[in-house]
Amino acid sequence: MRLFKAFGLALLSGALATGAAAQGKKWETVKIATEGAYAPWNFSTPQGKLDGFEVELANELCRRMNVKCEVVAQDWDGIIPALQAGKYDAIMAGMNVTPKREEVIQFSRVYAAGPHGWGAMKDSPLTKLEGTGQILHLEKDADAAKRTIEAWKPVLKGKTIGVQGSTTNSAFLEKYFKGVVEIREYKTTEQHDLDLAAGRIDGIYAAHSSIAATMDKPEFKNMQIVGAGMGGDILGAGVAVGMRKADTELKKMFDEAINAAIKDGTIENLTSKWFKIKMIPQA
Amino acid sequence: MDLAFMAETFVKLLEGVPLTLKLAFSSVALGAVFAMLLALMRMSGVGPLDWCARAYVFVFRGTPLLVQVFLIYYGLGQFRPTLQELGVWWFFREPYWCALTALTLNTAAYASEIIRGGLQAVPHGQVEAARACGMSRATLFRRIVFPIAVRQALPGYGNEVVLMVKATSLASIITMMEVTGIAHKLISQTFRAVEIFICAGAIYLILNFLVTRAIMALEWWLSPHLRGAPEPRARLEPAHV
Repeated sequence: MRLFKAFGLALLSGALATGAAAQGKKWETVKIATEGAYAPWNFSTPQGKLDGFEVELANELCRRMNVKCEVVAQDWDGIIPALQAGKYDAIMAGMNVTPKREEVIQFSRVYAAGPHGWGAMKDSPLTKLEGTGQILHLEKDADAAKRTIEAWKPVLKGKTIGVQGSTTNSAFLEKYFKGVVEIREYKTTEQHDLDLAAGRIDGIYAAHSSIAATMDKPEFKNMQIVGAGMGGDILGAGVAVGMRKADTELKKMFDEAINAAIKDGTIENLTSKWFKIKMIPQA
Repeated sequence: MDLAFMAETFVKLLEGVPLTLKLAFSSVALGAVFAMLLALMRMSGVGPLDWCARAYVFVFRGTPLLVQVFLIYYGLGQFRPTLQELGVWWFFREPYWCALTALTLNTAAYASEIIRGGLQAVPHGQVEAARACGMSRATLFRRIVFPIAVRQALPGYGNEVVLMVKATSLASIITMMEVTGIAHKLISQTFRAVEIFICAGAIYLILNFLVTRAIMALEWWLSPHLRGAPEPRARLEPAHV
């Protein structure tokens, strides 16, 4: 019994101590989660190391914020709940800023933004999708975007489309193509790429940056981006660092670091190093 | 804890129950047939048959089901031209058949060992007695060995069925929208992992409660020798004196 009491006391004092530390927290180490399966944003090398645009950017930002960086891998579909549970302090995983996500977490300023679109194999009927090469903004080019989406529907009718679950891309399909296409949700983009190549699905809906990176691999040389690329609204305002709402200090630090990295061209250098397509850098 | 939200989640998750049950019962049923064959191969006393069965059980029991699901789905997906030539691609193209194949092959390995245990535990005296009555091998198997073996294997086999109901959740990683698949989707829409997983857990609990009751009933029905003799029924008609 006494043992239990001592154990309980130890636990309690431990909890109090960490509670006190959280009060006036000075950020010394920032634990950042990434997915590690979303090339070229973030991925695991064959040696098992995390690499990619965001891993490099995270280290760069931490250097500017004067904190120690720890980048960890976390499955995409649990990435927000685990942030809220305090498993890490920030998310840098190609996560787009959307109103829905902003209800539960806060975002830094956007550090990269690119369009989303369809990917299909060269001999697929999906290559007839309208607007290939064009980029439309769901809010700014609302009319053109709406017309294009309507024009896509007859081509896509009854097709099976793969998409990564819990993403802006799956939200987009649910909103505009539910009942038109059969939506198949995958855990990672790598998995739907494999199924597209295997012919289990007719097309994918993903970020152009991710499709372009896949097309670069020899076994996916017959894959291509088809139809207009889109962004904005449900597809998100761009990719930013996600944080718990309470960590206002951390948000300020990230904002400043990102602004500085945009100003001196670091982010532009990194995007042109990692991406095959232009990732509109914002001032 | 938001009870209204949980009730709503529960109803949404119930949509996945038919697929969960379909996967669980089809795989258990097919797996049982396959397991019976494997058990008979093991006990046949024919070297090559015995070794084939042993190797099969070793491989499927020794590797994680998750890996088997991945290998059958994504692994075979890489051999599409070969599979098309063989004319079986239509089967492996569908995630449902891949999931069912993986679950069936896996449960067959475990169940074959359970059945073998049951068959070998049939008391020798009973077999001898049946032989002494002049039963042929087939009759002996059908009337004596098989029913007793099933009765003895049932508790272990019940475990396996419960495990299979839970194992269907792995089908969600190959895009199947059963209970766990729907749970993941709901979490991505609401970010409320705790409530949703509690509901999903409750559904599996209810399913397995029903499964274990059914198995208990079957065990009771197969074990009349353990129950007391029925009370002699009182006769209502007046005695004939």
